[in-house]
Amino acid sequence: MVGTMEDPVITLSGLTKRYGELVAVDHLSLTINRGEIFGLLGPNGAGKSTTILMMLGLSEPSEGTANVCGVNPTREPILVKRKVGYLADDVGFYEDMNAVENLMFTARLNLIPDDEARKEADRLLEQVGLSEAKHKKVGTYSRGMRQRLGLADVLIKRPEVIILDEPTLGLDPEGVKELMQLIRRLSRQEGMTVLLSSHQLHQVQEVCDRVGLFVKGKLLAQGDVGSLAKQLFPDEKVEIRFRLSGSTDELMNQIRGLEQTIDLEFDAKTDEWVMHSHTDITHLVAELAVKNGARLLSLKQHDYGLDEIYLRYFEGGAA
Amino acid sequence: MNKRTFWVIVRKEVADYLHSWRFFILVGIIMLTCLGSLYTALSAISSSAAAADARIEFLFLRLFTVSNGTVPSFLSFITFLGPLLGIGLGFDAINSERNKGTLSRILAQPVPRDYVINAKFVAALAVIGTLFLALGLLVMGLGIIVTGIELSFEEFLRIISYLLMSLVYVAFWLNLAILFSVLFKQPATAALAGIAVWLFFSVFYNMIVELLGNALAPSEVTLESLLNYESIMMFLMRLSPSYLFGEVTTTLLYPTVNTLGSSILASQNEMFMIPDTPLSFLQSLLVSWPQLTAMIAATLICFAISYYIFMRQEIRSRS
Repeated sequence: MVGTMEDPVITLSGLTKRYGELVAVDHLSLTINRGEIFGLLGPNGAGKSTTILMMLGLSEPSEGTANVCGVNPTREPILVKRKVGYLADDVGFYEDMNAVENLMFTARLNLIPDDEARKEADRLLEQVGLSEAKHKKVGTYSRGMRQRLGLADVLIKRPEVIILDEPTLGLDPEGVKELMQLIRRLSRQEGMTVLLSSHQLHQVQEVCDRVGLFVKGKLLAQGDVGSLAKQLFPDEKVEIRFRLSGSTDELMNQIRGLEQTIDLEFDAKTDEWVMHSHTDITHLVAELAVKNGARLLSLKQHDYGLDEIYLRYFEGGAA
Repeated sequence: MNKRTFWVIVRKEVADYLHSWRFFILVGIIMLTCLGSLYTALSAISSSAAAADARIEFLFLRLFTVSNGTVPSFLSFITFLGPLLGIGLGFDAINSERNKGTLSRILAQPVPRDYVINAKFVAALAVIGTLFLALGLLVMGLGIIVTGIELSFEEFLRIISYLLMSLVYVAFWLNLAILFSVLFKQPATAALAGIAVWLFFSVFYNMIVELLGNALAPSEVTLESLLNYESIMMFLMRLSPSYLFGEVTTTLLYPTVNTLGSSILASQNEMFMIPDTPLSFLQSLLVSWPQLTAMIAATLICFAISYYIFMRQEIRSRS
């Protein structure tokens, strides 16, 4: 993690948004530090976009406050928008203008001098891989190209923070991977804080330093993906798979006898031992194997939590 | 606030209009009809001038008002087509940007929200104003070349102020269209609503007032009841913006019209010892001042309503 814990860029405290009876965002408190990539994960309709709109001052919170780059976006929306770049989930461009013209319009709205903006537009289009298509009308662009142009559009005003709402929506897996790597590279390069929202847990978790799980307007857990699972399912068992050569029944019994172990079986299909335990005890397994003179060929802890989270909150009834 | 961003948006809007097919279609219609009406006016004038009535005052103004019966005059064309121009340029001002997702992108820039709607209005008005001025000067120029009649300064003033009034009149319809574009998500709905109002006032309103007039007609004919009846009818007619515009233009282009009050009394000029001579330009302007004020007020009311609604709307991407 690049950011330090003492330098919060975005602070939300008790942020609430009601639409009549419906509570879209329910007392959300969250801190995001400088240089961090934070993923706001949640199923559709969890209130992610509403939260983002409130951070930009495009929507007024019913309760609570937001602070973005030291500014209250509800009071001073213009100032916030000078410092924050926002890419909407379904970004629109003027279809009959080309990429450069669209970027130039954004640059002018940010009062960047034309010659400077032109250079910057060229540089950014190069970075997002649109150099070749930059004089084509945006109407001819594919979904992935638009998304990348959107990223360039966000970056042209040199923001301190960029907020991306569902940036991977409608992209194929290859496009998602490219876009996420691009986001990571650009944010590291320009030292920017990134907040991105997504309902695709698997796709974004690898580029995020931290994620927050946001369901029905509430933040259920935050942290890196591993700790997320622990927070959500403290009683969940851990699956450990390992392959041994020269194993003995003695060793197996010892492993079975560990305090944390629930069960241990041999999976003939993959030629692996599969065990379940209450906590991650891979180190104990390795220690025992070495002590008993067996050779440990592979040892991995199965990432149980992520799938569980996905099943319970994203695909299930919560969505 | 920085005004430069405002002009950035205005510039983009004007460029948009000038690049759009819609604008060329509208301009085409108006150009054709104006040239057609100019042609009939010229033939009508030369025949009446040939009728040896050498002392026709303000002959030049007749270019705008006279027709030989086959094609309506310039005046009636503008009264009829002006609203179409306003509606045509305004009906998709806000909702198309919203549907394309560009509105949320603009509003994510450091731009006050009202700049967007103000700039749309100013840009459309600038385009229409330029068009009308060009058209008016064109008709004047052609008139001078073809007829050889001299254009007096007063006539020039009257024509220019007539063009300005037309601009106010079109601005009313433009604002109505912008209001519909804020209210309705679909541009087609907004366009239809605008056209419906236009048709209502230009076709049905007269009929309705006539029907009402039949019902309200006084049973016994005294001067008092007649005058009373007339003032009620006049009030009803003046609720229609095109009637107001008609009154304003009549005083400007027919200098001999010296009152917009009761036509019964006006027909009794001799009785009141009112001389039947043309008014000066300023006097004509004074006669139509209340109508002019009402037109501007209607325009402002439409704008205020759309401004208010637009400022309070929540802008999400494409919804």
